[in-house]
Amino acid sequence: MGMTISEKILAAHAGRDRVVPGELIEVDVDFALANDITAPISIDRFRRAGAKKVFDPERLALVPDHFVPNKDIDSAIQCKLLRDFAEEHNLPYYFEVGRMGIEHALLPEQGLVVPGDVVVGADSHTCTYGALGAFATGVGSTDLAAVMITGRIWFRVPSTIKFVYEGELRPWVTGKDLILYTIGRIGVDGARYRAMEFTGSAIAELSMDQRLTMANMAIEAGAKNGIIAPDVVTRVYVDDRARRPARYYESDADASYDQVVPIDVSTIEPQVAVPHSPANVRPVSEVGRIPIHQVVIGSCTNGRLEDLRLAAEVLRGRRVAAGVRCLIIPATQAIYRQAMEEGLFTTFLEAEAAISTPTCGPCLGGHMGILAPGERAVATTNRNFVGRMGHPQSEVYLSSPAVAAASAVLGRVASPTEL
Amino acid sequence: MMILRGRAWKFGADVDTDLIIPARYLNTSDPKELAKHCMEDADPAFVGKVSPGDFIVAGNNFGCGSSREHAPIAIKAAGVSCVVAAGFARIFYRNAFNLGLPILESAEAAEAAKTGDELEVDLATGQITNLSQGRTYQAQPVPPFMQELLAAGGLMPHVMKRLAGGGT
Repeated sequence: MGMTISEKILAAHAGRDRVVPGELIEVDVDFALANDITAPISIDRFRRAGAKKVFDPERLALVPDHFVPNKDIDSAIQCKLLRDFAEEHNLPYYFEVGRMGIEHALLPEQGLVVPGDVVVGADSHTCTYGALGAFATGVGSTDLAAVMITGRIWFRVPSTIKFVYEGELRPWVTGKDLILYTIGRIGVDGARYRAMEFTGSAIAELSMDQRLTMANMAIEAGAKNGIIAPDVVTRVYVDDRARRPARYYESDADASYDQVVPIDVSTIEPQVAVPHSPANVRPVSEVGRIPIHQVVIGSCTNGRLEDLRLAAEVLRGRRVAAGVRCLIIPATQAIYRQAMEEGLFTTFLEAEAAISTPTCGPCLGGHMGILAPGERAVATTNRNFVGRMGHPQSEVYLSSPAVAAASAVLGRVASPTEL
Repeated sequence: MMILRGRAWKFGADVDTDLIIPARYLNTSDPKELAKHCMEDADPAFVGKVSPGDFIVAGNNFGCGSSREHAPIAIKAAGVSCVVAAGFARIFYRNAFNLGLPILESAEAAEAAKTGDELEVDLATGQITNLSQGRTYQAQPVPPFMQELLAAGGLMPHVMKRLAGGGT
């Protein structure tokens, strides 16, 4: 019996020839990360344990991205903890405001996570790096503290659900729509404790930016990791930037799966997750006439260059509707600069959208775009839980950048085809 | 402390970490501060009603969403002795054991319990007794490795003990 890509990566990092789902194993971690919300607890645990040094300073990133630029005094204190710890331990990958980005956009862009890695992050969207063909999963701060000390972590080997996406994408349908559709189909616990493997000719056609969006939201179905086998798109993306050697794995033809889910993408139109669950998904044409007050285009899910280009394509020559705030948040400094150089900012500014420095900010109701009671937002982010973007009586509709931009122009949840 | 006794506070399925502790309070990791806002967006009155030793009882996928350890920290600091649910999201599950917050999986016990029911839980055997309804349930056994973690007092003592012992 063969192995899946997730099983192969875990076996290699456990020093084993093979592993089987359900087994408890201990693996070497290639790269670890934490942010300004989660690292303070990890640092506290690290110090209380009496640890003196990080297992490998080159393999730990601290990225203040959630409540930065510091939103208040307490946030400033949390960020200072990261900064001081990074200095004390000579961590080369502490990313200060002005050089930082949203962690899950930044680390792949900087070549710090590569195919074949085991990546562990104190952030649930660490699963994003599965798009590169890495085994990447989110953990809590205490698990991360143990990794900071030992460079190792225990896992139960997950079984895998294989999703096979075939057919041609309709206009305006993106990786975001495919993952929303998938979560809608299997539910927020549909892949709990399991790996989601995204395969098929429609995945092969997707750019790396869109693959990162898909793997990013595997956690929204409860998955341990989402993964896409590396191909030529991966190699082109990685070759320019990898700071460590990549290892390319793929699933064996006779690998064993819990379930195989075929999906004909040609039947899928742009999707929207309506409040208050990422699994509460329907085609945009069936959402109805929902007036909105804010649009957020950004986040670790959809703040990459291709997302901004898509938003600009919709916004070009148009204006954000009266009564709507449209916030655009490039996910990293490099994306920000490239978007500016391509003239996307001119399009956004002419449309009367606001452009922000990189931050997770509004996605988790932190700052930079909080909703009042009764307000509604369309966001390219990843969660629409109660109170996620502000007041518990506010609402978030999740969509692709194209649907978000069209919604900004029309002042209601809308498809770009309505423009 | 292996026998816990208290009242049940019942919640539904898919209780996410934003309901357990909204991100607007994550500019601190002080347990006392976090406890003040425990379950706030699910039931704003919860913190005022819960007594030390009480139980949170919920449906499947409890603790889904973010990896924030502030969620089990807030629950523990609010005085909740144990969470009984039909099932747990995986990061929350790890976090709870790492911190020493007892959690038990029993779909039957979770479904039958009503807010205000008096419960008794034997952590050693996983037996859950609903004293108000006069019914007893057996929770899913705690895997041996997780028992090891609990016995060590959480993940960090476990790790440090192994390092000191020169283990792998």
